[in-house]
Amino acid sequence: MGKSFSGIRKDVSVVLCGSAGMGVQTVERLLVRIFKQAGYHVFATKEYMSRVRGGMNSVTIRVSSKPVQAEVDRIDVLIPLDKGAIEHVQRRLTGGTLILAEPDYLNDAVKEKCPRCMEVAFTEIAKAIGNKLYSNVVAVGVVGAIFGINPDLLTDFIRKRFSGKEQNVIDENVAAVEKGYEIGNELCEQHQIRMAIEPDSLVNDQILVNGVEAVGLGAIAGGCNFIGAYPMSPSTGLLTFLAKHAREFGIVVEQAEDEIAGVNMAIGAWYAGARAVASTSGGGFALMTEGVSLAGMMESPLVVHLAQRPGPATGLPTRTGQEDLNLALYAGHGEFPRAIFAPGNPQQAFDLTARAFNLAAQYQVPVFILTDQYFVDTYYNTPPFDASAVKVEHHFVETGQAYRRFEITENGISPRGIPGYGKGLVVADSDEHDEAGHITEDLDLRVRMVDKRLSKGRLLEEAVIEPTLWPNEDFKTLVLCWGSTLPIMQEAIAVFGRDDVSLLHFAQVFPLPIDLRQTLEQAETIICLEGNATGQFADLVELHTGISVDEFLLKYNGLNFTVEDVVASLEKMIG
Amino acid sequence: MDAKHYDMGEIDIAWCPGCGDFSILKVLKEALAELDVAPENLVMVSGIGQAAKIPHYLRCNVFNGLHGRSLPAAFAIQSSNPNLTVIAESGDGDMYGEGGNHFIHNIRRNPNMTNLVHNNMVYGLTKGQASPTSQRGFKTPVQVDGVLLEPFNPVAVAIALDASFVARVFIGDREHTKDVFKQAITHKGYALVDILQPCVSFNKVNTFQWFKDNTEKLPPDYDPTSRQQAFAQACRTCEDGKMPVGIFYTNLNKKPYHENIPVYQTDSSPLWQRYRNDNKLKELIERF
Ligand SMILES: Cc1ncc(C[n+]2csc(CCOP(=O)(O)OP(=O)(O)O)c2C)c(N)n1
Ligand code: SF4
Ligand SMILES: [Mg+2]
Repeated sequence: MGKSFSGIRKDVSVVLCGSAGMGVQTVERLLVRIFKQAGYHVFATKEYMSRVRGGMNSVTIRVSSKPVQAEVDRIDVLIPLDKGAIEHVQRRLTGGTLILAEPDYLNDAVKEKCPRCMEVAFTEIAKAIGNKLYSNVVAVGVVGAIFGINPDLLTDFIRKRFSGKEQNVIDENVAAVEKGYEIGNELCEQHQIRMAIEPDSLVNDQILVNGVEAVGLGAIAGGCNFIGAYPMSPSTGLLTFLAKHAREFGIVVEQAEDEIAGVNMAIGAWYAGARAVASTSGGGFALMTEGVSLAGMMESPLVVHLAQRPGPATGLPTRTGQEDLNLALYAGHGEFPRAIFAPGNPQQAFDLTARAFNLAAQYQVPVFILTDQYFVDTYYNTPPFDASAVKVEHHFVETGQAYRRFEITENGISPRGIPGYGKGLVVADSDEHDEAGHITEDLDLRVRMVDKRLSKGRLLEEAVIEPTLWPNEDFKTLVLCWGSTLPIMQEAIAVFGRDDVSLLHFAQVFPLPIDLRQTLEQAETIICLEGNATGQFADLVELHTGISVDEFLLKYNGLNFTVEDVVASLEKMIG
Repeated sequence: MDAKHYDMGEIDIAWCPGCGDFSILKVLKEALAELDVAPENLVMVSGIGQAAKIPHYLRCNVFNGLHGRSLPAAFAIQSSNPNLTVIAESGDGDMYGEGGNHFIHNIRRNPNMTNLVHNNMVYGLTKGQASPTSQRGFKTPVQVDGVLLEPFNPVAVAIALDASFVARVFIGDREHTKDVFKQAITHKGYALVDILQPCVSFNKVNTFQWFKDNTEKLPPDYDPTSRQQAFAQACRTCEDGKMPVGIFYTNLNKKPYHENIPVYQTDSSPLWQRYRNDNKLKELIERF
């Protein structure tokens, strides 16, 4: 790890880079599926600029004999699809990086830094076949050969992929991939390149989902049937995912005029017995905060997907960060309980999103799911989610004549009625209210109502998802992390290779486990890793346990942590 | 059904004696009773303000949400359960000011709901600042030199957006108001009724008598299906004569929102009665 590419590798990172519209995405989609079909473990993530054309975007694909779930800095194979591409990823190149590039993309400086760069006249070859647009497919063929992919798999895949097109387009694409394959083979021989990635029979039955698809599938599994949302990167994926499946699963999907409408729609929908989600990023969530407070007062279930990006204000719209924990934690005026999830991998995203709907319904509180740009755009093969393990818990009752929506009960939870189901009337109010739901200024009743609402916070504490301690129960150094950084941290600890270091990953960041202090007390050194500049989670942990973190590993340049980042920092701190 | 059906019994009503809100409440109960709308099937959605307290004063399901935000909630309630009768009711400040953006876009959705707006041309609850519909020159502790802004014309805006039912009434004419309410509630789609209402505490200009003197009914032979005519009538303000009242515009060719979305095309049951489709979900997961 971190060393240059040499000899045989079982774990290779391939980077595609080019300006928007140059086919980075096309090549990514083709290659990732081809690798998976070949039985390789595969991972992909992207970073992109906030513009529709031009700019520079890159995709990192990792291919391995073993599961790969985290981004690395190093580039083993680079395919620049544009002139400025090499420059864009300059800092990630090593002496071992293999570059497959159009002849005029390579200059002497590059050739000197990366002796293994090879000229492939993708465009010329594509033109000879019929159209320069085929250059991307030629590249797929070259990479296929280098990775020892069965040529029949390649041609079958391309044929299927373009099956809707005219016959000559299909034929020319097939010719392009075959030509690429031939060139790739020649290069392998000339330069003695060999990848030794072994297929794993498990991969074939696995699925490839990115973070936001996992949230979307989890939402459907949790019985979600309503979304009102306003587009905002990087949260929009959930809106489009549910829109795509609205017909199949009976989901009301409405693009709201703003996030304020979005969250008020969600609360209205829950009131009428639907299961709604609001989805947004930091700026939109800021607009939702009055609605969050409404859910607190009305004791309405509410699920909000908050996909983080760097702020303040518009910040870096297409970049990643973990800066909105405090926002989610303190959003909404007044005092009321809430729960916050921050999944670390697609499986957790599926489970916790489904759980968010049940938890919100049961305790009648807002529940937030924090993701981020890196998380929503990252995908890798993972075992298929088991929806049958998740039950949709409705938690509403048929009302009787004397029904009172805010009846004070022993545990603080009032049975939730919905209008039109039963003889009772469901009265919900944003003013302080009596048990029947009507406005009150009885200040003693006010105190009872506050206590009732807050008592649900204790129930949420009892229902907390425990953090993951990995890999060892015994440790000297404990690295705290939350949300999307889990797989990066896992790989970094494995690479760092010391068995006195463990990580404690929080997929639920609020409330925190009651006995967290005991776990932290076992550590000699506590490090907190977060994608922000101020250590928001460390503050929360200290508030909760009285224990402060010894070292911080913070990143806030808009990019996610990479395995090398973390390993280098660990070496500095405790190496 | 008897209007008493909606009575709350002995309750404390927060409105000032003599306020037009009382008449609106009475007329609304009568209209609902004449239409046989069962209280259990009725959801009154409101925001915050004096007008917005109305749902608490009649027996029904209530969603009394945030200032300005009744329409998104009402839209969602209606589209989660199209069997409910949904009325979104609040003041002019709430609907046209704080909730102005929702007012516009909710019309575009055309949900099957009634939107009743108490237009007293003032902010009552916050004690007398200008509202979006306050007339030019109206003096308040904030607008010390009188309102300088063009008054918001909700009827014209709604017609411009091709709302499917647009009316204005003066609560001084109870029979007319009731008739319009009934038509609005039975209308399939979005129905706006802007209700001119005196505020005896904070609007000493637009009084009962002022509304009486400055309004007149649309002509008897008026055709509400012509958008051009409707717009022309809507543009008549009290600055250049009398404000018309009545049903300005109806467009009966529009389908309500829930009939346009796939969710209710083969299954008319409300969302709360539905179950997750396990087989389809399993299939979907395996497709990835
Ligand atoms: C977000 C927010 N801003 C301001 C207020 C204060 N507020 C409550 S009601 C109201 C205006 C009420 O005017 P209108 O809607 O015309 O109702 P009226 O009292 O005249 O019936 C205002 C400004 C609030 N409750 N919430
Ligand atoms: S403030 Fe005006 S509108 Fe409000 S109750 Fe009093 S009189 Fe009616
Ligand atoms: Mg008013």
